[in-house]
Amino acid sequence: MDLSFGPEYDDFRADVVSFLANNADKAPKANDLRGEAAKDWQKLLIENGYTCRTIPKEYGGYGAEPDIIKSRIIAEEFSSARINAGLGGQGISMLVPTLLEMGTQDQKEQFIRPTIHGEMLWCQGYSEPGAGSDLASLTTSAVLDGDEWVINGQKIWTSTAHIADWIFCLVRSEPDAPKHKGISFLLFDMKTPGIEVRPLVDMTGVANFNETFFTDVRLPKHQIVGERGEGWQVANAILGHERETLAPANTAQTRINALIELMKQETVDGDPLINNPVYRDRLMKIQSEVMAMRFNELRILSARLNPGQDPGIARMITKLQGTELRHDLEGLAIDVMGEMGLAYDDNPHLRNSGSWQREYMYFLGLIIGGGTSQIQKNIISERGLGMPREPKFEKAS
Amino acid sequence: MQFGLSQEQILLQDNVNRFLDDNSALDRVRTYADGGEDADIWAGLAELGIPALLIPEAQGGIGLQPLDAAIVAECLGSHIAPTPFLESAVMAPTALVASGGDHDELLAEIAAGTTRIGIAFGEAIKRRNNAGVTVKDGRMSGTSMYAFDAEANAYLVANQHQHIYLVRADDPGLKRSHLATVDKTRRTVELNYDNVTADLVSDDASVFTATVDIGRMALAADTLGAAQNMLDQAVEYAKQREQFNRPIGSFQAVKHMCAEMAAQLEPCRSMVWFAGHALAELPEESRITACHTKAHLAEVGQFIAKTSTEVHGGMGFTDLVGLHYWFKRIGANRQWLGAPEFVREEAAILQGI
Repeated sequence: MDLSFGPEYDDFRADVVSFLANNADKAPKANDLRGEAAKDWQKLLIENGYTCRTIPKEYGGYGAEPDIIKSRIIAEEFSSARINAGLGGQGISMLVPTLLEMGTQDQKEQFIRPTIHGEMLWCQGYSEPGAGSDLASLTTSAVLDGDEWVINGQKIWTSTAHIADWIFCLVRSEPDAPKHKGISFLLFDMKTPGIEVRPLVDMTGVANFNETFFTDVRLPKHQIVGERGEGWQVANAILGHERETLAPANTAQTRINALIELMKQETVDGDPLINNPVYRDRLMKIQSEVMAMRFNELRILSARLNPGQDPGIARMITKLQGTELRHDLEGLAIDVMGEMGLAYDDNPHLRNSGSWQREYMYFLGLIIGGGTSQIQKNIISERGLGMPREPKFEKAS
Repeated sequence: MQFGLSQEQILLQDNVNRFLDDNSALDRVRTYADGGEDADIWAGLAELGIPALLIPEAQGGIGLQPLDAAIVAECLGSHIAPTPFLESAVMAPTALVASGGDHDELLAEIAAGTTRIGIAFGEAIKRRNNAGVTVKDGRMSGTSMYAFDAEANAYLVANQHQHIYLVRADDPGLKRSHLATVDKTRRTVELNYDNVTADLVSDDASVFTATVDIGRMALAADTLGAAQNMLDQAVEYAKQREQFNRPIGSFQAVKHMCAEMAAQLEPCRSMVWFAGHALAELPEESRITACHTKAHLAEVGQFIAKTSTEVHGGMGFTDLVGLHYWFKRIGANRQWLGAPEFVREEAAILQGI
């Protein structure tokens, strides 16, 4: 057992802290994907190696060797300082790593630099109305007509499709192959004729995702990542990683610290809510869980650094536990505020900019999205505990 | 950076587990539960050096760390082993060493496994049933409830000021009566003191809290082992048992119960490791971590005790399968050294809220 990262990392952490202290005023407040302030901030972060750290310089990244500890220190310090950690979005978090691993040289050169600099915004076309948890049953078709793919079908839950420049999309290109082997991973411009985007308003009141319809959308044959029929493997190369990072424990730690402050400030009958034994106990109960998840992440980190250390099922449970925990944590903040906790939109009595209600609902979305809690439980029981699979039913013809 | 068990710790774990597989299987635990003795199990563990684990080498011990004690406690919980490990090998040596007094002779006897020291801290943690002791001129009077180890040669007794005294079990003024509880894998007693000789071990509250902290950590580790064992039994049963022409473990209603147990328990392992490590290396975090670990394992343990029993259906409710021994052990660990609500309140106070 050795929890120290060593003096080299102490220096690195000091650098991050001093960067944040000197540049905090330049950081955009909200996670605006298109604003100039966000792009300038992104540029500054890349130059200093605080985002897109391991992306090669030739594609516009910082070009550092992968160093899990440095990445963790960056994440911890940005999170505890509550400072914008750079552009997110599915292009940066999912497509860029996919291209780095499986893209052609031309694709890397064409797409990575503008994507990480915020000039090319992507959306992800995976889910369909008939293909949610059973994603591999997707039916949006891609037919090769000469040198062009012709796409027909519908996607759903396409976040940012209404503002995206391009889409990375799973389509059925080999209708006669088994379902996991008939899928291809295509890239195309959202301005291509035949694409219609209809916004879907979610329960938080925001229309961030959409229904996206394709009618005879034509794109050049070479805009494919991997080979024909390999789309499922291409998509899954990084899907597991996305699940793990949906609800990191250091963010939960930041949120529970904010909740403690809130409970010290908010009063009922003049008495701070932190003194109420029932709410105190609920707070401490959630703090126990946050603590357990922090140590679980330490174990995952350690297993990455020390090949041969068995992390058990520690990685497999983070999406399920992390998202449920955040939902509970945000919900407790609402309960302690009572009817004040209902404040929303432009209510002048909002606390923490209304984040408690917003995150409470947002994390319900994350409990469902990215593989529902129920799908996570299937994965844990079948792959983690070796329990038998559900018998398959033949489709009635 | 390495957060996990060392090769030596994995070896320790394997050795203790192997011994307990052979010497504390369910049938053996049943004989203890029916009124038998645990002396042979403790003697066997003494040959492995377990009672000497935390005692410094200078005092005849092995000088290992709290995390090593957690590893052993997890093995004992997994095997629901009847032993005085918590009181005699974990808490008593911690108090005696931390007190700074000269207890070399006693520590050597504890290390050899020939003397067992019990713990009567109930009054100092949360006073119930108006139990309590008074000490005047080195003589103790009063009552301790639910002291543990019914066969101890001496007890460390804490009063409401968190002062710790040593009393001998053979003192003519001491009356010891067995208090039956649901947990038959360990025995608790009521101690009545009438002018009993009481030697002050420590009047320093930090000695008391250090002793309670490591005890709570060890109880959490015991629950971790017991809960993991119950989960493993439930998963195995669900794979074997067939209804409607298929293993019940293929039904999502059943497999999701198992997934929920596993998802809650897996972070507990890291939590117990961290709590053990913190007691030795991270004094600023050790107390709050011990509280949270004790309370959290109490909650997760209770959930797994119930749910794994349910996975077994009617058989889980019977004495035949014996799952109830683990259920009750986890239930006792939950209450010993502070019920979760009280321990969480301590965690709140420790962080200034």
